[in-house]
Amino acid sequence: MNFTFTQDQLDFQEAIATMLKSEVTADSIRARWSADGGVDDAFLKQAHDLGLNSMLVPEALGGLGLQAADFILLAEACGEVALPEPLVESVMTTTPLLVDILDQGLGNSDVQRVIDGVLAGESRVAVGHSINPYINYADCADWFVLPDGNSLYLMPREAVTLDEKKSVDPSRRLFAVSFTPDNQYRVADGDAGANLQRATLNRGALATAAQLVGLSKGMIAQSVQYTSDREQFGKAIGANQAVKHLLADVAVQIEYAKPVTYRAAYTVGVSPTRADFAVSHAKSASARTALMASRHCIQVHGAMGYTWECDVQIWAKRAWALAREWGDEGFHNNRIHEWLLRKNALLGPEFTFGRGSLTDVAQ
Amino acid sequence: MELMYTGEQQAFRSEVRTWLSENVPPERLPSFDTAEGFAAHREWERTLAEGNWGMVTWPTEYGGRGCDLIEWLIFEEEYYRAGAPLRVNQNGIFLLGPTLMEYGTAEQKARFIPAMASGDEIWAQGWSEPNAGSDMAAIRCRADRDGDEFVINGQKIWSTRAVYADWVFGLFRTDPESSRHHGLSKILVPLNSEGVTVRPIQQLNGLPGFAEIFFDDVRVPAFNLLGGEGEGWRIAMATAGFERGLMLRSPARFQQASKRLVQLYREYGSDVIDPSIESAVVQCYMDAEAYALSTYQTASKLCSGGSIGAEASCNKIFWSEMDLLIHETAMNLLGARAEIEPQTAAEFAELGTWLDGFMFAQSGPIYAGTNEIQRNIIAERVLGMPRK
Repeated sequence: MNFTFTQDQLDFQEAIATMLKSEVTADSIRARWSADGGVDDAFLKQAHDLGLNSMLVPEALGGLGLQAADFILLAEACGEVALPEPLVESVMTTTPLLVDILDQGLGNSDVQRVIDGVLAGESRVAVGHSINPYINYADCADWFVLPDGNSLYLMPREAVTLDEKKSVDPSRRLFAVSFTPDNQYRVADGDAGANLQRATLNRGALATAAQLVGLSKGMIAQSVQYTSDREQFGKAIGANQAVKHLLADVAVQIEYAKPVTYRAAYTVGVSPTRADFAVSHAKSASARTALMASRHCIQVHGAMGYTWECDVQIWAKRAWALAREWGDEGFHNNRIHEWLLRKNALLGPEFTFGRGSLTDVAQ
Repeated sequence: MELMYTGEQQAFRSEVRTWLSENVPPERLPSFDTAEGFAAHREWERTLAEGNWGMVTWPTEYGGRGCDLIEWLIFEEEYYRAGAPLRVNQNGIFLLGPTLMEYGTAEQKARFIPAMASGDEIWAQGWSEPNAGSDMAAIRCRADRDGDEFVINGQKIWSTRAVYADWVFGLFRTDPESSRHHGLSKILVPLNSEGVTVRPIQQLNGLPGFAEIFFDDVRVPAFNLLGGEGEGWRIAMATAGFERGLMLRSPARFQQASKRLVQLYREYGSDVIDPSIESAVVQCYMDAEAYALSTYQTASKLCSGGSIGAEASCNKIFWSEMDLLIHETAMNLLGARAEIEPQTAAEFAELGTWLDGFMFAQSGPIYAGTNEIQRNIIAERVLGMPRK
């Protein structure tokens, strides 16, 4: 039993976080809003050169063979700077789905080709799931993995239709993606397809949860700075307990959303289809945290918090969006509710890490 | 990160489980805030000590097992799973014990720890005074050095377990010229000393769970000074802070309560028409597990030589508010029956101890530093917000 990150994991996180903080700023995010593609290609190249795209790909396929728990701190760091590009989703959700399809001997020759393209930094893939009505940055993708019933289709860009939707978050570029299911593109069906979609939901929710934790941290940092600088009644507004307590409440929620998210990452690494409880807990806790953060952090900025100029909007609007993507709190709480009501649910303090951790204990 | 118990850890769990199944009293003990219940709980502490289960993290020479913090968590999980009695000596074993281990002399350890472990000496705490509550540095109760003794005069209040306990530990002002957090010392006082008057205070449930203690020229040997003279504040704040923060309320307590809440919900949930109860039950179960995960994370960090982080400042708020939600939700499930204080075995079977727990939960956000004070601490020391 060891619930810590290794020094290597912590060092890598620090290096990536430093890079993110210098490359992804509020100004550079605002610049993307008016840019054509909305993607910073130089940043994506830099992330690729650091090996991020290949981290979770098995070594046999040319990747680094790491697990979700190895990437979770990086996902959090991406959230902390409110990175617009869907890097986390690509690394934690889309690429592992393609790898699963290949591993299970499913799919067609395109799958290997697309994975190679991802590893080379040349292909961008987006994933659809019935829980999400829209796909972020669909216009930047070359390939799509899209569901129809239990089946999954690997569709080239030219075979899908995009219908743009305007998000409240100017950093998000949403599209309704439609396509005609065609056998030549089908890569999975039946139980295999259903299981792949289930794993994808858990991976997507986990990737989102980690970013929500990071977004909350980012909002707190800005709010501490602002309430320390802004003076009223002759003193910093952050000296008032009423203001302190709003931010302390968020800090408490963040502290408890983190280990829940890390446990979910570990569990997804062991088995993404058996991680429903852990992932739903993580998504619920992180969404709750980030929504509280956005509410409280806008509040402590006073009238500034209600302006376009104030950078908190970049983080808060992302939180509003991600809190509901890959299943909102209601969806995930309901999954846990169903689990708690099962007659054979493993309840109680000895089952924090499941029955599998107690195989040798006398009953 | 490896979230699996080792073979040794599982064997340890089996050993704990077996011993508890053979030794936990089948009948619920009366409250330890009654004379009869206090005696019964003291007896249980003796039983634990005979099996060397009194405080598993202590070294073997003090009746412990030299366990690490992960094993301590396992012990606690099994302890609550078995429905074993609450620890009447928690002030001693969880609060004073770790401090003695770190700051006590060899002679002090030999004098106090075995008697604490065996249940022969049960401890009360003496921090607050009538004018030193949240503002603990306003302590005025004096301990004046007189040769080999301290002479204590003044008053303590809200001293948990003091009505039936044998000893009290607390902070006293040893330098009469000092102010605030300077000049305070940690001193151990037998409650049967001449000049000590204990006046019970009835808690919300009508039982004398805490007391006022009056000191009138009470003489204790200088041997009873723990740590250096004037070091009291530093010791109280810093000493074994992690263990206090970690051990005061172990996660298993809330996981067991949230498990019972789910069982209550399964039993009564179909009668309930308020859908918010469903989300509250789910929230309670998640929060109890989050607290457990956070504690495992902290314990793992400490076991691998790391130090404690910001989570320690946050835990008091988190568990005390979770405990309120668990018990409020149970009261909502019981509906109009919730106000009934069970008297008979049949009533206990129907209503459990939810009402009692609900009343106790009211104290969580108040004791050990109110949650308002905790939020100030988080804002200033964790987030770095301006003090004034």
